[in-house]
Amino acid sequence: MALLLIRLALLLLLVATGGMIVFIVRQNKTVFRWSYRILLAGFACHTLFLFQQYYTLGAAPVLSLKTSLSFFAWTVTGAYLLFQQRFRLRVLGSFIAPLAAVFMLVSTSMPETETAVIPPIYKSAWLTVHVVTIFAGDGMLAVMFVAAVMYLLQERQIKRKRFGSLYRKLPSLETLDSINHQALVWGFPLLTLGMVTGAIYAQQALGSYWRWDPKEVWSLITWLFYAVLLHERLTVGWRGRKAAVFSILCFSVLLFSFVVVSLWFSDYHSFKSLEGRLTP
Amino acid sequence: MIRILNIGMNHKTAPVEVRECMARDPDSVVRALHAMREDPAVREGLFLSTCNRIEALCTTESSDKAREHIVSLLAGLGGMEPENLARHIYALEGPEAVRHVFNVASSLDSMVVGEPQILGQIKDAYYEATREKTSGVILNRLMHRAFHAAKRIRTETGISDAAVSISYSAVELARKIFYDLKGKKVLLIGAGEMAELAARHLMAQGVEEITVANRTLERAVQVAEMFSGRAVSMEEIDLELLRADIVITSTAAAGYVITHSRVKGCIKKRKNRPLFFIDIAVPRDVEPRVNDLGNIYVYDIDDLKGIVRINRAQREAEAVKAERIVEEEVIRFERWLKTLDVVPTIVSLKEKVEEIRNAEIRRSLGALGPLSQEQMRAVDVLTSSIAEKIIHDPIVTLRKKAERPSRDQFLDIARVLFNLDD
Repeated sequence: MALLLIRLALLLLLVATGGMIVFIVRQNKTVFRWSYRILLAGFACHTLFLFQQYYTLGAAPVLSLKTSLSFFAWTVTGAYLLFQQRFRLRVLGSFIAPLAAVFMLVSTSMPETETAVIPPIYKSAWLTVHVVTIFAGDGMLAVMFVAAVMYLLQERQIKRKRFGSLYRKLPSLETLDSINHQALVWGFPLLTLGMVTGAIYAQQALGSYWRWDPKEVWSLITWLFYAVLLHERLTVGWRGRKAAVFSILCFSVLLFSFVVVSLWFSDYHSFKSLEGRLTP
Repeated sequence: MIRILNIGMNHKTAPVEVRECMARDPDSVVRALHAMREDPAVREGLFLSTCNRIEALCTTESSDKAREHIVSLLAGLGGMEPENLARHIYALEGPEAVRHVFNVASSLDSMVVGEPQILGQIKDAYYEATREKTSGVILNRLMHRAFHAAKRIRTETGISDAAVSISYSAVELARKIFYDLKGKKVLLIGAGEMAELAARHLMAQGVEEITVANRTLERAVQVAEMFSGRAVSMEEIDLELLRADIVITSTAAAGYVITHSRVKGCIKKRKNRPLFFIDIAVPRDVEPRVNDLGNIYVYDIDDLKGIVRINRAQREAEAVKAERIVEEEVIRFERWLKTLDVVPTIVSLKEKVEEIRNAEIRRSLGALGPLSQEQMRAVDVLTSSIAEKIIHDPIVTLRKKAERPSRDQFLDIARVLFNLDD
């Protein structure tokens, strides 16, 4: 059942991504409408899958890189759906759906880890809140990253006065900048909340709030990057190109600490050790 | 046989004085529709009157008579002699008329090709015609197909989104930077004619206020009044640069009015809000290096001309696509129109069969004796299904032949074989 749901979610996401790409080339609204519905259906399947996993595991299903990436894809899609409601920008989907699809594909291609016994240490409400808020924040920040890329593409055309076919299809600079801003304003508090609840969980489960684990350190660095961006945006009035470039930098740091640090550097927080604990 | 007739004049065929005469009377549409309704030669009618065109559209069975009547109707509305008017009008019939209607609705026949107002005007004209009950089966269908064609052309071709005037291309750019121009502030530096035109376009997009700075304050005040804006002196520009979102420069100054350092100085105070310079002065008023500053965009007259040139070329390519769409829609409509010709024969065939059936049932009822309601219904079903099955194939054949040249022959044969004309 679970396998069927996640396969279906992946299939629908891929079809929707294909449709969104066709949409940006052909500018056919019907294609978009159907792709959007398919994306919604895929998102629904994915949501059911996550509930099912949570129910059977008794813990948030993010104990390996494979499941984390899949969860990340889900929050990215969710964040997109929220922004689509707010901004009604069809073209946003053509950029975000591929990102979610890549996460899902990578996740699917990874080998299944054995979920033998979940130690009670993972069955904590704090851990669930920690994981959900962190990932919700990451989803928002992924949307922000995508908006920044779109901004740079559009800005380059306007500055250089050379207009490609994307010029008409991309929205205005101010729209993209305001998506960037909104995503930061929502994403950053979620990220912060995620880190705080993570610390509380660590205190309860492991006995200390902070253990200088590489993953923790890198998360803090990521958080600081975003904090700088938010600060500059709100007080100095950074916007446009500078903010876009910086948000791309921030997202690279985020991805680095998400994937690289989790896999190779981290101590107790790494997926390896998480998985290690899973197999008795 | 019913023909569609379209008689009218547009910006190409009639000079503005003639068009003015026609457009003077605001009630002309209603009067024209009344006249067409009273006219026995005209079956359905529709009348469109805008500042650039007059179109009288009708269906008729005697096209010569209808044409004559409509020309004198137009002459009457314009207070002119029909002979004088004849030079300025076109009269189109059949597929030509259909094509013309589709072209007009899709704004392919407009002075500014792709401008969107015309579709709304046609919709209004159609609404008038339905209210006056002058439109019928054919015009209803024709107008709906015209709206459909216009929508297809708008979505499937880029013909309406290419700005082909300099001032309008500046507005388009502004919309790609700011999205919504509502609430934006415009500063005019220098008050040339082109700057005025650009400002007018921006006004139409809903900008909040227009401020005018000019070397002579008198002229600044004069232009500012036109836009109900403010006039300022050239010395106040630095202050105004802090407020403005869009700056249009068109002074006759020899050097740069807006220098790199001047703009750089205000960026921080503006909190990096984007600023768009439209420089239509020759020699230029804005130092080109200003474009290198973050969130500041500078377009000079050559840049805008470049965009216009590309858009024109693009639009010609799109026009070919649009013509193809119109042609497709004309063919579709004509096909439908032809099926109308076989309808009367099919209707009389059905009537004849029904008549026979009723007469035969009446005759046989006595012999059948008293029947229950159910039995009566069974007889009815039996006879009508026999009758329908017998004429089914002839009707299908006639429908199929509707688009063929042999149609009339088949219609004649059908009428003779079934003796429909008695």
